[in-house]
Amino acid sequence: MTLLGWAQIALFLALLYLATRPLGRYLARVFAGERNALDRVLGPLERLIYRLAGIDPHVEMHPTAYALALLAFSLVGTLLTYVLLRCQGWLPLNPMGFSTATAPRGATAMTPDLAFNTAVSFATNTNWQAYGGESTLSYLSQMLALAYHNWVSAAAGMAVAVALVRGFARRGAATIGNFWFDLVRATLYVLLPLCVVFSLVLVSQGVAQNLAPYPTVSTLDGGRQTIAMGPVASQEAIKMLGTNGGGFFNANSAHPFENPTPLTNMLSMLSIFLLPAALFGMFGAMVGDERQGWALWAASAVMFLVGVTTVYAAETAGSPLAVRHGVAAGQGNMEGKEQRFGQAQSALFTTVTTAASCGAVCAMHDSLTPLATLVPLVNMQTDEVIFGGVGAGLYGLLIYAVLTVFIAGLMVGRTPEYLGKRIEAREVKLAMLFVLVSSASILCLTALAVSLPGPSSGVLNGGPRGFGEMLYAFSSATGNNGSALAGITANTPFYNVALGLAMLVGRFLMMLPALALAGSLAAKKYTPPSAGTFPTTTGLFVALLVGVIVIVAALTFFPALSLGPILEHGLMHAGRLF
Amino acid sequence: MKTHLLPAFRLTIVLALLTGVVYPLAITAAARLAFPYSANGSLLRDARGRVVGSALLGQRFGSPRYFQPRPSAAGDGYDAAASAGSNLGPTSRKLADAMAERVAAYRQLNGLAATQPVPADAVTASASGLDPHISPANAYLQVARVARERGLSVEQVGRLVARHTQPRQLGFLGEPRVNVLRLNLDLDAPAVR
Repeated sequence: MTLLGWAQIALFLALLYLATRPLGRYLARVFAGERNALDRVLGPLERLIYRLAGIDPHVEMHPTAYALALLAFSLVGTLLTYVLLRCQGWLPLNPMGFSTATAPRGATAMTPDLAFNTAVSFATNTNWQAYGGESTLSYLSQMLALAYHNWVSAAAGMAVAVALVRGFARRGAATIGNFWFDLVRATLYVLLPLCVVFSLVLVSQGVAQNLAPYPTVSTLDGGRQTIAMGPVASQEAIKMLGTNGGGFFNANSAHPFENPTPLTNMLSMLSIFLLPAALFGMFGAMVGDERQGWALWAASAVMFLVGVTTVYAAETAGSPLAVRHGVAAGQGNMEGKEQRFGQAQSALFTTVTTAASCGAVCAMHDSLTPLATLVPLVNMQTDEVIFGGVGAGLYGLLIYAVLTVFIAGLMVGRTPEYLGKRIEAREVKLAMLFVLVSSASILCLTALAVSLPGPSSGVLNGGPRGFGEMLYAFSSATGNNGSALAGITANTPFYNVALGLAMLVGRFLMMLPALALAGSLAAKKYTPPSAGTFPTTTGLFVALLVGVIVIVAALTFFPALSLGPILEHGLMHAGRLF
Repeated sequence: MKTHLLPAFRLTIVLALLTGVVYPLAITAAARLAFPYSANGSLLRDARGRVVGSALLGQRFGSPRYFQPRPSAAGDGYDAAASAGSNLGPTSRKLADAMAERVAAYRQLNGLAATQPVPADAVTASASGLDPHISPANAYLQVARVARERGLSVEQVGRLVARHTQPRQLGFLGEPRVNVLRLNLDLDAPAVR
């Protein structure tokens, strides 16, 4: 670890801190429908969209209607993407002829199970990729079938988070907002301006953006090289800002055309956390007490710093075996890393991308040392509430906050309150449903994969890491993360279907309790704080919140983790190879 | 649900056209106008004007007359249409064997002592398989060999490496690095002598 490495990590957090309050206040204005700086430009476009879609954005929705609108919208988008992917061979913007007779040698076929997996993956904001982008997809598939979901799945995540915050902010109300209004405003006023600026900054640093067929060149040493390109920058921007993570190329953000410089890497990481952190600020603004948002911010930052320190330390130490083989120790573990990023930025990226439900990678997680692998796994298994996905992070963390005040209430024996709302049996049940659904999906499906001969032989690495590849896959799919221990051969009917189901469970069975909670809270009266109310803006609350998250994860996942990276750590130091 | 399906369908079409067609095409047009070189893949040409690759992508250099890039797991190696890392973990026998082999080969190629530690980036596969860079330490260990193979002085080649060493971006971001293709292109240029 170096001073410059830590300086980069400190700068990252400092910039994130500075962006939280102004952007959070802006978000609060956007979702309240108030006038803002971009009204003049985007207002007419917004009204045109409502007219074309036949939507009245001012109709207030009950939680059930809100949820049904969300489900209908997701269903239509998933089907559209499935059809586009299966038909890409007949559609335009396919200069390399994927899914046609003239496809390049080694191209991946877009089979029904792969198209199902991919459509679900992008519609659920997961961006798990069982294929390599540059050897499978036409430009139209990348732009329209996939990147479209990068936009709207992030916007839908924001909508659900906003709805839940309205649940806290409203008193004795039956409705939680209008889904179409939240969705369209998140897309237009939040994602669009950020993406336009960010994508052009990316191009200025070297990210490719064209529609040309892959050129084949004669290399300096007399070989030939075919260079995959495409409309990368436009997709890269929304991939990060929407915490999607689906790479244009197989190597994702490690590919120099996606992420050419240390600066683009830093901006990419910032753009992953930007909206999740700002949503904490928005939460504070909407409930009328910004300290409430900062408490969540602080809890996230504490867990984040522990994670990044662990990865950075483990990767700098590297593998003892490499040093025995005569590799110089100073650079740390460079297998699966890019020289331009080095250890500090790679550790930061690994932690950021799994703390949020992004899943982009600038270093290959399957080549990380065991303790460094533990961090992304735990990040995903705690439902990605460390800043978290766009929207998903806020509603996930609010649900853990509900559990925290409940447990604090149990300790002193009185009915808990959070933000003036009494937390009663129904709210705690919904919160527990949220927590249990993801645990059950991860553990049951991993157990299924391990016990079947086909799926369990699809791993690349032997020993505990092989098990880790399966555990990671289902943690990633359920957490809607999308990163992988990518040695696993995932493009098989079993994994395509099983991981597709895990993604659906992890998205919708966790959004529905959040919306039900929103409705339940909105209906409640306001209970003014009394002397017995547990304050939720103090260091004690932050510590308890972190404690609840860590303890729930530890109780659920410690046995599985000890068979994976924890065991592997011991075996690595004992010099065992598989 | 039924009452929501029609607006869902219409809104999907509108937003898909906006975010999936208009936005990427507008960015493509703007990028081509403002940054044509990078938008088109940062392609590099040799002295005769032939495109030899992308400044951002590694490529295979078999001959000892050239600086060697990092090992690559992309396709059969440096396949810029099949980017990939090795995905081998620290307890992989395959990785351990490959690393031992690469260390021995690197020492032999560059005439290093059998106990000399070898820079990690020289013997590990990059994440993309297309890493265009090597560490300055790795580059300097190759200078004597390249100079010998080309009949140049160590100082001449060393100066070239120094010129191609990029510092940390803005002074503190990332790691110092040497772009192998750019360095080798300059080695071939007649101006070196």
